[in-house]
Amino acid sequence: MATRWLPILWRLVQTIPVVIGVVIISFVLTRALPGDPAVQFAGQMATAESIEQVRVALGLDKSLPQQFLIYCKALLQGDLGQSIATGRPVLTDLATRLPASLELTLTALILSCLIAIPLGVLAAVRQGSWIDHLCRVLVTAGVSLPTFFTGILLIYVFYYLLGWAPSPLGRLDFIYFDPPRVTGFFLIDAALDGDLRTFTGAAKQLALPAITLALFTLAPIARMTRAAMLTALSSDYIRTARAAGLPPRKVLFGYALRNALLPVVTTLGMVFSFVLGANVLVEKVFAWPGIGSYAVEALVQSDYAAVQGFVLAMALLFVLINLIIDLSYTLIDPRIGFSSK
Amino acid sequence: MLSVKDLSVAFKTRKGQVDAVRGISFDLAPGETLGIVGESGSGKSVTSYALMRILDAGGRISAGDVSWNGRDLRAASESAMRSLRGREISMIFQNPRAALNPIRKVGHQIEDVLRQHGRATRSDAQAKAIAALEAVKIRNAAERYHAYPFELSGGMCQRIVIAIALACDPKLMIADEPTTGLDITTQKAVMELMRDLIRERGMSSIVITHDLGLAAEYCDRLAVMKDGQIVETGPSAQIFANPQHPYTRKLVDATPRPGVSIRDLLPPEARMPELPHDTDGRAILEVVDLVKTYPGKSGPVHAVKGISFTIREGQSVGLVGESGCGKSTTSAMLVRLLDPSSGAIVFDGHEIGGIPAERFLRDPRRAQIQMVFQDATDSLNPRHNAFDSIAEPLRRLGRMRGARLAARVGELAQLTGLPAHLLSRYPHQLSGGQKARVGIARAIALDPKFLILDEPTAALDVSIQAVVLNLLADLRARLGMTYLFVSHDLNVVRLLCDHVIVMQDGQIVEQGPTAKLMDAPEHPYTRELLHSAPKPPAAPFAMGHAAAKAAE
Repeated sequence: MATRWLPILWRLVQTIPVVIGVVIISFVLTRALPGDPAVQFAGQMATAESIEQVRVALGLDKSLPQQFLIYCKALLQGDLGQSIATGRPVLTDLATRLPASLELTLTALILSCLIAIPLGVLAAVRQGSWIDHLCRVLVTAGVSLPTFFTGILLIYVFYYLLGWAPSPLGRLDFIYFDPPRVTGFFLIDAALDGDLRTFTGAAKQLALPAITLALFTLAPIARMTRAAMLTALSSDYIRTARAAGLPPRKVLFGYALRNALLPVVTTLGMVFSFVLGANVLVEKVFAWPGIGSYAVEALVQSDYAAVQGFVLAMALLFVLINLIIDLSYTLIDPRIGFSSK
Repeated sequence: MLSVKDLSVAFKTRKGQVDAVRGISFDLAPGETLGIVGESGSGKSVTSYALMRILDAGGRISAGDVSWNGRDLRAASESAMRSLRGREISMIFQNPRAALNPIRKVGHQIEDVLRQHGRATRSDAQAKAIAALEAVKIRNAAERYHAYPFELSGGMCQRIVIAIALACDPKLMIADEPTTGLDITTQKAVMELMRDLIRERGMSSIVITHDLGLAAEYCDRLAVMKDGQIVETGPSAQIFANPQHPYTRKLVDATPRPGVSIRDLLPPEARMPELPHDTDGRAILEVVDLVKTYPGKSGPVHAVKGISFTIREGQSVGLVGESGCGKSTTSAMLVRLLDPSSGAIVFDGHEIGGIPAERFLRDPRRAQIQMVFQDATDSLNPRHNAFDSIAEPLRRLGRMRGARLAARVGELAQLTGLPAHLLSRYPHQLSGGQKARVGIARAIALDPKFLILDEPTAALDVSIQAVVLNLLADLRARLGMTYLFVSHDLNVVRLLCDHVIVMQDGQIVEQGPTAKLMDAPEHPYTRELLHSAPKPPAAPFAMGHAAAKAAE
């Protein structure tokens, strides 16, 4: 078994240079952005003198390598700098914003997997049947309808017309208190607290934006599941399993689906990384206090510390997701690990 | 116990209905082994899938009856069939590695079958699976239980597939090309294991194969299939000695076997006298102490460990060995696509082994050494038609254009027997034999002196193999080419080559004139190889004295 852990350890070691690279790039990128943070920071009434003062206070008068060293030193102490716009430490901002985005994205992905994978499997098994066509329609719709459109449509139908959904204003209606903070995920925190009312409240707020995102992410996952299942089902070992008299359920789930999971997991990882950055529109539509809208505002205001923190956090998250995906490969497929050396 | 009457199988395709099997009938007695022999597309595999009712989507039994111990298999419900499969009738497949679930431990795959048919419970499944592995003579069965298919050799994988098939003591085993793709010694081991197990358990079996020789050796009775129909049935020895149907005759003729000449493979009316080729010219290729070492995960891999041999102008030399023996590495070095680690390759008096492979492309001797690749389909660019494929080397190395080019391609097509109207076709529109001709025409386009043939007939049906081998024999006589024929099939090498080199484990274990090496092999490995080749019952009239000795 030791041979199986070695590649995993090696994979962990491989992330170190990536993280270092990410730190450098996020620093350089934010410096390359147009706009002068000092001007922004000093405000509209500032004179050339006060701008210069701000510049010195922010350390922006020093040379780039010097700034980088200061940045790294602060980073090692967990200090991402102060946000100009909110006036709070960037780390605090991220700590409240990131769980909001993650909660939304994860819920959406779980939802879309629950629909997309069975749908893809059924479409592959009953190729050419109505369910295959339904799968095709959903996939096409999911890809072609922009999230802000489906979001607004859902709000119109379920909030305005039917009144089933609460007003699309953030993570929790003002009548509830925020659950005591443990993970930052309202659903989990409320559940931990045993507060059923807050839990349902948060779930209600979450439902529409999650469905909006799920509809969007459904397409690639369903399509990949269908294609991977078709490949798996036409392979020789399926014929062997059938010739051995194994029942369809076993052939389908024990043999075909496990083999088909590899490409699906890959797609899942890609979709996750992609959505985390791209759900700004959903966050805007539902006034969701997520990291996407935070980053956009920071960009507009040349809030360089916030942008830098955002880029770094996202990059680290991507590294983490890729790591998890690679590790889940080794769990699914015994052949990995040996060939990846 | 099994009775098939007028069985027809049809497939629904985009171009309408295709009848893959058209009214075949046969019976199988308890304990009997029936061989179904035919070339690709004859419907032999489809027949077996139809018996098991595991036809691919779109396929169905369109007519006829299949009766198994009095039960109608055509009318049986799917759940009845499921309980029958693997328990009463089981099946093993070609390409054993692909036939096993790649991400499931082999032991668990055996357990799946045992537990499905109520032969084991959760508690004793592992012990029973290990016993099943021991039954197919797998050493360290308890350890192998935890192995994944990719960790096992092809022969080992086929044993596992057999273990799965036999786990529930079926009464009938259907083997669909059980040894295709396995080495010749492994083939013998697998076939003998299968035969012993079948005898021990008193099972019946159906062996489906394209290899008439193999079928004749291991089966009591043969059924020869062509275009979805059985053209002839009879005891194996009789089919071989006295084939009645012209197609059977053709198949028997085309099967390479000891004691026949290359012309005997062709139908009698096509047997022109073989043109002589001059074999005692000067040495054209000298290989001295050639070594190839690859860096590997666990230390260097010694693919070729210092081999030396000489090929004379006009000679045809056979390079024989099993997979992993280094014959492909050797041929890749000789054709100068791979750089040797050390040693010399002297071609036509010049050392060429030291020229890096990428620079040899611009060497004037590039045109002199050419190669015909193993897989005629994969070695042709699917987006080039036959003309472009053949013209490619002429354009690149021969700097030919326009009418001259067209004339030369036409000439080559004629030389290799490729009808001119096929030149505009793409690989997928050509048959296997036609693609082989394109590959040969491309290789000889630049008038090479030395041609390396890497198993050029391995993927072809025997009747087409016979034609291609004869084409190669004609070409060498007409163009005075020297051949290095790389193959695992001694019976084929015997037909074409004057001299044979036997490789094992990166080394040459024996070399010498073909007749001498085949009749009086000195090295035990050569003897083992010769011994492993399937020995069809010899047709009495074709047996020479030397062949009788070799076939012993």
